[in-house]
Amino acid sequence: MNQEAIKDLILSTADDLLIIGHRNSEWTGIGPMLEEDLAFSSMSQDKIGQAQALYQILHDSFGAKTPDILAFQRYEKEFKSCQFVELPIGDYDFSLVRHFLFDYAQQIRFELFAKSSFQPLAQLAKKIKGEIKYHTLHADTFLKQLGNGTEESHARMQSALNYAWPFALGMFEKSDYESELISEGVFEGEDALKALWVAKITPIITAANLTVPTIDESNIVYGGRQFYHSQYLQPLLVEMTEVTQLDPSAEW
Amino acid sequence: MNSLDPRVERLDLKKAEEGEVHTNSHLITYEVFHQEKRGKQVIHVGIVHASSPEMALILAKEQYARRGKTTNLWVVKTSDVFTFSSEDEDIFETVPEKTFRDPAFYKVRDRIEAFQKRNNLTV
Repeated sequence: MNQEAIKDLILSTADDLLIIGHRNSEWTGIGPMLEEDLAFSSMSQDKIGQAQALYQILHDSFGAKTPDILAFQRYEKEFKSCQFVELPIGDYDFSLVRHFLFDYAQQIRFELFAKSSFQPLAQLAKKIKGEIKYHTLHADTFLKQLGNGTEESHARMQSALNYAWPFALGMFEKSDYESELISEGVFEGEDALKALWVAKITPIITAANLTVPTIDESNIVYGGRQFYHSQYLQPLLVEMTEVTQLDPSAEW
Repeated sequence: MNSLDPRVERLDLKKAEEGEVHTNSHLITYEVFHQEKRGKQVIHVGIVHASSPEMALILAKEQYARRGKTTNLWVVKTSDVFTFSSEDEDIFETVPEKTFRDPAFYKVRDRIEAFQKRNNLTV
Protein backbone atom coordinates (compact mmCIF):
# COMPACT_ATOMS: atom_id res chain seq x y z
CA MET A 1 0.00 0.00 0.00
CA ASN A 2 1.10 3.57 -0.64
CA GLN A 3 2.17 4.74 2.80
CA GLU A 4 2.40 8.42 1.90
CA ALA A 5 -1.19 8.34 0.67
CA ILE A 6 -2.51 6.78 3.88
CA LYS A 7 -0.47 9.12 6.08
CA ASP A 8 -1.81 12.10 4.18
CA LEU A 9 -5.41 10.93 4.55
CA ILE A 10 -5.07 10.28 8.28
CA LEU A 11 -3.29 13.56 8.95
CA SER A 12 -5.96 15.62 7.15
CA THR A 13 -8.73 13.85 9.03
CA ALA A 14 -6.98 14.18 12.38
CA ASP A 15 -6.13 17.86 11.88
CA ASP A 16 -9.76 18.65 11.01
CA LEU A 17 -10.88 16.96 14.23
CA LEU A 18 -8.26 18.61 16.41
CA ILE A 19 -8.97 22.10 15.12
CA ILE A 20 -12.77 21.86 15.25
CA GLY A 21 -12.49 20.23 18.68
CA HIS A 22 -10.47 23.17 19.92
CA ARG A 23 -12.80 25.69 18.28
CA ASN A 24 -15.94 24.15 19.75
CA SER A 25 -14.33 23.97 23.19
CA GLU A 26 -14.26 27.78 23.12
CA TRP A 27 -17.95 27.60 24.06
CA THR A 28 -17.14 25.97 27.38
CA GLY A 29 -18.52 28.16 30.14
CA ILE A 30 -20.33 30.54 27.80
CA GLY A 31 -22.77 28.14 26.11
CA PRO A 32 -26.38 29.25 25.69
CA MET A 33 -27.58 27.17 28.64
CA LEU A 34 -25.97 24.89 31.19
CA GLU A 35 -27.11 21.59 29.67
CA GLU A 36 -26.02 22.57 26.17
CA ASP A 37 -22.75 24.02 27.43
CA LEU A 38 -21.93 20.62 28.88
CA ALA A 39 -23.06 18.66 25.81
CA PHE A 40 -21.16 20.84 23.35
CA SER A 41 -18.01 20.81 25.48
CA SER A 42 -18.19 17.07 25.84
CA MET A 43 -18.51 16.59 22.08
CA SER A 44 -15.51 18.83 21.46
CA GLN A 45 -13.56 16.67 23.87
CA ASP A 46 -14.66 13.59 21.89
CA LYS A 47 -13.32 15.18 18.71
CA ILE A 48 -9.93 15.84 20.26
CA GLY A 49 -9.91 12.23 21.46
CA GLN A 50 -10.67 11.02 17.93
CA ALA A 51 -7.83 13.18 16.58
CA GLN A 52 -5.53 11.67 19.20
CA ALA A 53 -6.49 8.14 18.12
CA LEU A 54 -5.64 9.01 14.50
CA TYR A 55 -2.28 10.57 15.46
CA GLN A 56 -1.61 7.41 17.45
CA ILE A 57 -2.11 5.35 14.27
CA LEU A 58 0.44 7.58 12.50
CA HIS A 59 2.84 7.00 15.37
CA ASP A 60 2.29 3.23 15.64
CA SER A 61 2.06 2.34 11.95
CA PHE A 62 4.37 4.88 10.31
CA GLY A 63 6.80 5.96 13.00
CA ALA A 64 5.48 9.53 13.19
CA LYS A 65 6.07 11.58 16.33
CA THR A 66 3.81 11.08 19.33
CA PRO A 67 0.23 12.46 19.33
CA ASP A 68 1.21 15.22 21.77
CA ILE A 69 4.00 16.44 19.52
CA LEU A 70 1.87 16.20 16.39
CA ALA A 71 -0.91 18.19 18.05
CA PHE A 72 1.06 20.81 19.94
CA GLN A 73 4.44 21.21 18.26
CA ARG A 74 3.81 21.80 14.59
CA TYR A 75 3.84 25.02 12.58
CA GLU A 76 0.77 26.37 10.85
CA LYS A 77 2.23 25.36 7.47
CA GLU A 78 2.35 21.73 8.61
CA PHE A 79 -1.39 21.48 9.30
CA LYS A 80 -3.66 19.86 6.72
CA SER A 81 -6.99 20.96 8.20
CA CYS A 82 -9.55 22.55 5.90
CA GLN A 83 -10.31 26.25 6.34
CA PHE A 84 -13.89 25.49 7.43
CA VAL A 85 -12.78 24.24 10.86
CA GLU A 86 -10.50 27.23 11.44
CA LEU A 87 -13.26 29.84 11.26
CA PRO A 88 -14.03 31.53 14.59
CA ILE A 89 -17.00 30.23 16.55
CA GLY A 90 -19.12 33.28 15.67
CA ASP A 91 -22.62 33.26 17.13
CA TYR A 92 -24.17 30.01 18.27
CA ASP A 93 -26.12 29.70 15.02
CA PHE A 94 -22.88 29.41 13.03
CA SER A 95 -21.30 27.00 15.49
CA LEU A 96 -24.37 24.76 15.33
CA VAL A 97 -24.53 24.85 11.54
CA ARG A 98 -20.82 24.02 11.28
CA HIS A 99 -21.31 21.21 13.80
CA PHE A 100 -24.16 19.87 11.63
CA LEU A 101 -22.29 20.11 8.31
CA PHE A 102 -18.96 18.87 9.66
CA ASP A 103 -20.28 16.02 11.77
CA TYR A 104 -22.36 14.47 9.01
CA ALA A 105 -19.30 14.60 6.72
CA GLN A 106 -17.27 13.02 9.49
CA GLN A 107 -19.87 10.32 10.09
CA ILE A 108 -19.91 9.30 6.42
CA ARG A 109 -16.12 9.56 6.16
CA PHE A 110 -15.76 7.08 9.03
CA GLU A 111 -18.44 4.81 7.56
CA LEU A 112 -16.23 4.62 4.47
CA PHE A 113 -13.14 4.15 6.66
CA ALA A 114 -14.88 1.17 8.29
CA LYS A 115 -14.56 -0.58 4.90
CA SER A 116 -10.91 0.48 4.44
CA SER A 117 -8.23 -1.97 3.39
CA PHE A 118 -6.00 -0.27 5.98
CA GLN A 119 -7.01 -2.19 9.10
CA PRO A 120 -6.11 0.28 11.88
CA LEU A 121 -8.38 2.86 10.25
CA ALA A 122 -11.22 0.37 9.80
CA GLN A 123 -10.95 -0.67 13.46
CA LEU A 124 -10.96 2.89 14.75
CA ALA A 125 -14.00 3.70 12.59
CA LYS A 126 -15.96 0.87 14.20
CA LYS A 127 -14.87 1.93 17.68
CA ILE A 128 -16.06 5.54 17.44
CA LYS A 129 -19.28 4.86 15.51
CA GLY A 130 -21.54 5.39 18.53
CA GLU A 131 -19.81 8.59 19.57
CA ILE A 132 -20.32 10.14 16.13
CA LYS A 133 -23.92 8.90 16.02
CA TYR A 134 -24.68 11.01 19.08
CA HIS A 135 -22.94 14.04 17.60
CA THR A 136 -25.07 13.96 14.45
CA LEU A 137 -28.25 13.32 16.45
CA HIS A 138 -27.44 16.37 18.56
CA ALA A 139 -26.77 18.50 15.47
CA ASP A 140 -29.87 17.22 13.73
CA THR A 141 -32.14 17.99 16.69
CA PHE A 142 -30.86 21.54 17.03
CA LEU A 143 -31.05 22.26 13.31
CA LYS A 144 -34.67 21.13 13.13
CA GLN A 145 -35.61 22.90 16.35
CA LEU A 146 -34.14 26.25 15.35
CA GLY A 147 -34.95 26.01 11.64
CA ASN A 148 -38.60 25.50 12.55
CA GLY A 149 -38.50 27.83 15.56
CA THR A 150 -39.18 31.55 15.54
CA GLU A 151 -38.74 33.91 12.61
CA GLU A 152 -35.45 35.04 14.11
CA SER A 153 -34.06 31.56 14.75
CA HIS A 154 -35.01 30.49 11.24
CA ALA A 155 -33.37 33.54 9.65
CA ARG A 156 -30.24 33.09 11.72
CA MET A 157 -29.90 29.42 10.78
CA GLN A 158 -30.42 30.11 7.08
CA SER A 159 -27.91 32.92 7.06
CA ALA A 160 -25.35 30.82 8.96
CA LEU A 161 -25.92 28.00 6.45
CA ASN A 162 -25.37 30.36 3.50
CA TYR A 163 -22.17 31.67 5.05
CA ALA A 164 -20.85 28.21 5.95
CA TRP A 165 -21.62 26.48 2.66
CA PRO A 166 -18.59 27.49 0.48
CA PHE A 167 -16.28 26.63 3.39
CA ALA A 168 -18.09 23.35 4.10
CA LEU A 169 -17.60 22.16 0.51
CA GLY A 170 -13.88 22.81 1.05
CA MET A 171 -13.90 19.80 3.40
CA PHE A 172 -13.87 17.63 0.28
CA GLU A 173 -10.65 19.04 -1.19
CA LYS A 174 -8.79 16.17 -2.81
CA SER A 175 -5.33 15.15 -1.77
CA ASP A 176 -2.53 14.45 -4.24
CA TYR A 177 -3.02 10.74 -3.59
CA GLU A 178 -6.74 10.52 -4.35
CA SER A 179 -6.43 7.91 -7.14
CA GLU A 180 -4.07 5.68 -5.11
CA LEU A 181 -6.36 5.76 -2.09
CA ILE A 182 -9.30 4.70 -4.25
CA SER A 183 -7.49 2.01 -6.25
CA GLU A 184 -5.96 0.46 -3.15
CA GLY A 185 -9.30 0.37 -1.34
CA VAL A 186 -8.15 2.63 1.49
CA PHE A 187 -10.89 5.22 0.99
CA GLU A 188 -13.56 5.69 -1.66
CA GLY A 189 -12.48 9.29 -2.22
CA GLU A 190 -13.68 12.83 -1.61
CA ASP A 191 -16.10 12.90 -4.56
CA ALA A 192 -17.91 9.79 -3.31
CA LEU A 193 -17.98 11.21 0.21
CA LYS A 194 -19.33 14.56 -0.95
CA ALA A 195 -22.13 12.91 -2.96
CA LEU A 196 -23.17 10.76 0.02
CA TRP A 197 -23.03 13.81 2.31
CA VAL A 198 -25.25 15.95 0.07
CA ALA A 199 -27.75 13.09 -0.23
CA LYS A 200 -27.77 12.64 3.56
CA ILE A 201 -28.07 16.25 4.70
CA THR A 202 -30.44 17.59 2.03
CA PRO A 203 -33.61 15.99 3.47
CA ILE A 204 -32.61 17.07 7.00
CA ILE A 205 -32.06 20.66 5.92
CA THR A 206 -35.43 20.57 4.15
CA ALA A 207 -37.12 19.14 7.24
CA ALA A 208 -35.62 22.04 9.18
CA ASN A 209 -37.47 24.35 6.79
CA LEU A 210 -34.14 25.61 5.46
CA THR A 211 -32.80 25.80 1.90
CA VAL A 212 -29.64 24.14 0.67
CA PRO A 213 -27.52 26.98 -0.75
CA THR A 214 -26.44 26.81 -4.37
CA ILE A 215 -23.05 28.28 -5.18
CA ASP A 216 -20.67 28.36 -8.07
CA GLU A 217 -17.85 25.77 -7.89
CA SER A 218 -15.34 28.61 -8.08
CA ASN A 219 -16.52 29.95 -4.72
CA ILE A 220 -15.60 26.81 -2.78
CA VAL A 221 -12.90 27.59 -0.23
CA TYR A 222 -10.07 25.11 -0.77
CA GLY A 223 -6.46 25.30 0.32
CA GLY A 224 -6.18 23.69 3.75
CA ARG A 225 -5.02 20.31 2.46
CA GLN A 226 -2.18 22.13 0.63
CA PHE A 227 -1.21 24.03 3.81
CA TYR A 228 -2.91 27.28 2.75
CA HIS A 229 -4.80 28.52 5.76
CA SER A 230 -6.97 31.46 6.67
CA GLN A 231 -5.85 34.24 9.00
CA TYR A 232 -7.61 32.38 11.84
CA LEU A 233 -5.46 29.26 12.19
CA GLN A 234 -2.24 30.82 13.50
CA PRO A 235 -3.88 32.65 16.47
CA LEU A 236 -5.75 29.43 17.31
CA LEU A 237 -2.48 27.45 17.37
CA VAL A 238 -0.84 30.08 19.57
CA GLU A 239 -3.65 29.76 22.09
CA MET A 240 -3.90 25.98 21.87
CA THR A 241 -0.17 25.47 22.44
CA GLU A 242 0.27 28.16 25.08
CA VAL A 243 0.79 25.72 27.93
CA THR A 244 3.00 23.31 25.96
CA GLN A 245 5.21 26.21 24.90
CA LEU A 246 6.04 26.99 28.54
CA ASP A 247 8.10 23.80 28.54
CA PRO A 248 7.87 21.68 25.39
CA SER A 249 9.90 18.89 26.98
CA ALA A 250 7.70 18.50 30.07
CA GLU A 251 6.30 15.03 30.83
CA TRP A 252 2.51 14.91 31.26
CA MET B 1 -31.34 43.72 28.35
CA ASN B 2 -32.85 40.28 27.96
CA SER B 3 -31.31 37.52 29.99
CA LEU B 4 -28.90 35.32 28.07
CA ASP B 5 -30.07 32.35 30.10
CA PRO B 6 -33.23 31.00 28.43
CA ARG B 7 -34.50 29.63 31.75
CA VAL B 8 -34.57 33.01 33.41
CA GLU B 9 -36.83 35.87 32.44
CA ARG B 10 -36.37 39.33 33.87
CA LEU B 11 -38.94 41.95 34.54
CA ASP B 12 -38.87 44.95 32.24
CA LEU B 13 -39.94 47.65 34.70
CA LYS B 14 -40.58 50.27 32.05
CA LYS B 15 -42.94 48.03 30.09
CA ALA B 16 -44.59 46.90 33.32
CA GLU B 17 -45.26 50.52 34.26
CA GLU B 18 -46.84 51.02 30.86
CA GLY B 19 -49.24 48.24 31.75
CA GLU B 20 -47.73 45.37 29.75
CA VAL B 21 -48.39 42.02 31.36
CA HIS B 22 -45.34 39.79 31.33
CA THR B 23 -45.85 36.23 30.16
CA ASN B 24 -43.34 33.60 31.06
CA SER B 25 -42.01 31.51 28.21
CA HIS B 26 -38.91 29.82 29.56
CA LEU B 27 -38.02 26.22 28.95
CA ILE B 28 -39.84 23.45 30.77
CA THR B 29 -38.11 20.69 32.69
CA TYR B 30 -37.99 16.96 32.07
CA GLU B 31 -37.28 14.34 34.72
CA VAL B 32 -34.45 12.03 33.72
CA PHE B 33 -34.25 8.31 34.52
CA HIS B 34 -31.11 6.28 34.03
CA GLN B 35 -30.82 2.55 33.28
CA GLU B 36 -27.50 0.91 33.88
CA LYS B 37 -28.16 -2.47 32.28
CA ARG B 38 -30.82 -3.89 30.03
CA GLY B 39 -33.60 -5.29 32.22
CA LYS B 40 -32.56 -3.38 35.33
CA GLN B 41 -34.81 -0.74 36.83
CA VAL B 42 -34.56 2.84 35.60
CA ILE B 43 -33.60 5.20 38.40
CA HIS B 44 -34.44 8.88 38.69
CA VAL B 45 -31.27 10.95 38.45
CA GLY B 46 -32.35 14.57 38.00
CA ILE B 47 -33.78 17.04 35.52
CA VAL B 48 -32.91 18.84 32.31
CA HIS B 49 -34.36 22.00 30.80
CA ALA B 50 -35.49 21.41 27.23
CA SER B 51 -37.94 22.52 24.58
CA SER B 52 -38.98 19.05 23.39
CA PRO B 53 -38.65 15.40 24.44
CA GLU B 54 -35.96 14.88 21.76
CA MET B 55 -33.97 17.83 23.05
CA ALA B 56 -34.39 16.55 26.61
CA LEU B 57 -32.96 13.16 25.64
CA ILE B 58 -29.90 14.50 23.85
CA LEU B 59 -29.14 16.90 26.69
CA ALA B 60 -29.76 14.23 29.33
CA LYS B 61 -27.26 11.97 27.60
CA GLU B 62 -24.35 14.29 28.34
CA GLN B 63 -25.71 15.38 31.74
CA TYR B 64 -26.31 11.95 33.19
CA ALA B 65 -24.71 9.28 31.01
CA ARG B 66 -21.26 10.69 30.47
CA ARG B 67 -19.57 8.54 33.02
CA GLY B 68 -20.23 4.96 34.03
CA LYS B 69 -22.25 2.33 32.24
CA THR B 70 -25.54 3.31 30.65
CA THR B 71 -27.86 1.26 28.51
CA ASN B 72 -30.74 3.72 28.17
CA LEU B 73 -32.34 6.90 29.45
CA TRP B 74 -35.96 7.92 29.93
CA VAL B 75 -37.25 11.46 29.99
CA VAL B 76 -40.68 12.45 31.29
CA LYS B 77 -42.16 15.93 31.37
CA THR B 78 -42.06 17.14 34.96
CA SER B 79 -45.65 18.31 34.57
CA ASP B 80 -46.70 14.72 33.80
CA VAL B 81 -45.57 13.51 37.20
CA PHE B 82 -48.53 12.84 39.52
CA THR B 83 -47.78 12.97 43.20
CA PHE B 84 -49.14 13.50 46.71
CA SER B 85 -49.30 16.92 48.24
CA SER B 86 -46.40 17.63 50.57
CA GLU B 87 -48.92 18.40 53.33
CA ASP B 88 -49.99 14.77 53.21
CA GLU B 89 -46.62 13.37 54.10
CA ASP B 90 -48.20 12.05 57.30
CA ILE B 91 -49.93 9.29 55.39
CA PHE B 92 -46.58 7.56 55.14
CA GLU B 93 -45.97 7.51 58.86
CA THR B 94 -46.01 4.02 60.34
CA VAL B 95 -48.14 3.66 63.43
CA PRO B 96 -45.89 2.33 66.28
CA GLU B 97 -48.33 -0.52 67.09
CA LYS B 98 -47.86 -1.96 63.60
CA THR B 99 -44.25 -3.02 64.15
CA PHE B 100 -45.32 -6.54 63.16
CA ARG B 101 -44.98 -5.27 59.57
CA ASP B 102 -41.30 -4.79 60.16
CA PRO B 103 -39.18 -7.91 59.56
CA ALA B 104 -37.08 -6.98 62.61
CA PHE B 105 -40.21 -7.48 64.76
CA TYR B 106 -39.81 -11.24 64.63
CA LYS B 107 -37.09 -12.34 67.00
CA VAL B 108 -36.46 -15.72 65.46
CA ARG B 109 -32.66 -15.75 65.52
CA ASP B 110 -32.50 -17.67 68.82
CA ARG B 111 -34.90 -20.32 67.58
CA ILE B 112 -32.95 -20.78 64.34
CA GLU B 113 -29.71 -21.20 66.24
CA ALA B 114 -31.30 -23.71 68.61
CA PHE B 115 -32.60 -25.69 65.62
CA GLN B 116 -29.16 -25.69 63.97
CA LYS B 117 -27.50 -26.85 67.19
CA ARG B 118 -30.02 -29.60 67.66
CA ASN B 119 -29.41 -30.91 64.13
CA ASN B 120 -25.64 -30.36 64.08
CA LEU B 121 -25.89 -27.76 61.31
CA THR B 122 -23.39 -24.98 60.88
CA VAL B 123 -24.02 -21.69 59.17
